[in-house]
Amino acid sequence: MADLKEQIVAQLNLQDVKPQDIGNDEPLFKDGLGLDSIDALELIVLLQQEYKIKLSNAEEGPKVFHSVRTMAEYITAHQPSNA
Amino acid sequence: MSKEYYITSSCTISNNSIHKNGVLLFEEKGKELNNFLISAYKNMGLNYPKFYKMDNLSRLGWLGTELLLKDSFNKDSYRPEETGIVLSNRNSSFDTDTRYFETTRAIPSPALFVYTLPNIVIGEISIRHNFKGEHAFFIFEDFDAAFIQEYVEGLLNNSILEACICGWVEVLGNEYKAFLLLVEKKGSMAFTTENIHKIYYQNNG
Repeated sequence: MADLKEQIVAQLNLQDVKPQDIGNDEPLFKDGLGLDSIDALELIVLLQQEYKIKLSNAEEGPKVFHSVRTMAEYITAHQPSNA
Repeated sequence: MSKEYYITSSCTISNNSIHKNGVLLFEEKGKELNNFLISAYKNMGLNYPKFYKMDNLSRLGWLGTELLLKDSFNKDSYRPEETGIVLSNRNSSFDTDTRYFETTRAIPSPALFVYTLPNIVIGEISIRHNFKGEHAFFIFEDFDAAFIQEYVEGLLNNSILEACICGWVEVLGNEYKAFLLLVEKKGSMAFTTENIHKIYYQNNG
């Protein structure tokens, strides 16, 4: 999850946020990290660029991007097999 | 009949320096625009995390307006609809358009795409200060003081606005200039083309 936090900070240009300051279960939107709808699109790009995962169902977004932990779980579950 | 309006504040950002009302506020030579703007933002003790996400055109206009209004503008004197913004430049949002185009070779960047219009800078300023007045962004080869004076005076004359931020916010690569004026109905320096020219050329041309 540490790598994912670093990727989020870099992708979203969060220059005031240190990756280690983002809680695993802290909400990424609204009261938590305060991300907005454009950030949500950037997170979708991040999944595609870094993990080759395409979010096929937009309605999954709020659940997948709730926190770093939910993102990490989604990545683990949908990581394309290297075999 | 035309009434008289006044320039109550001015801010110029160019050549890695920032002047407000002719006084040097900040200077840092040798830095690229991106780093200079972030450095100025930090140095001024501003706190608006969205600044980091803006493109350079919006950063320049947003920072210029922030300093233009600081200690010079009483927002409570006006309703949100009474303050307008009229800006102009030469290259529209071309600086960001080209950077966005580069990203389309792989996965297009949504964060860059939202800045591929020049009037987004007006949106960023309006969100920050809750301005809801008339606004416009014009593209000219060079800064046209006479046009800006006439256009803004028209808005003020017709009681559409009580105050107006106006000027020039231009970025293309490391070539840039922000020149911003606050125009109100009370003050001492008349809002004339001559005075606009005078201030425009006062700090670093």
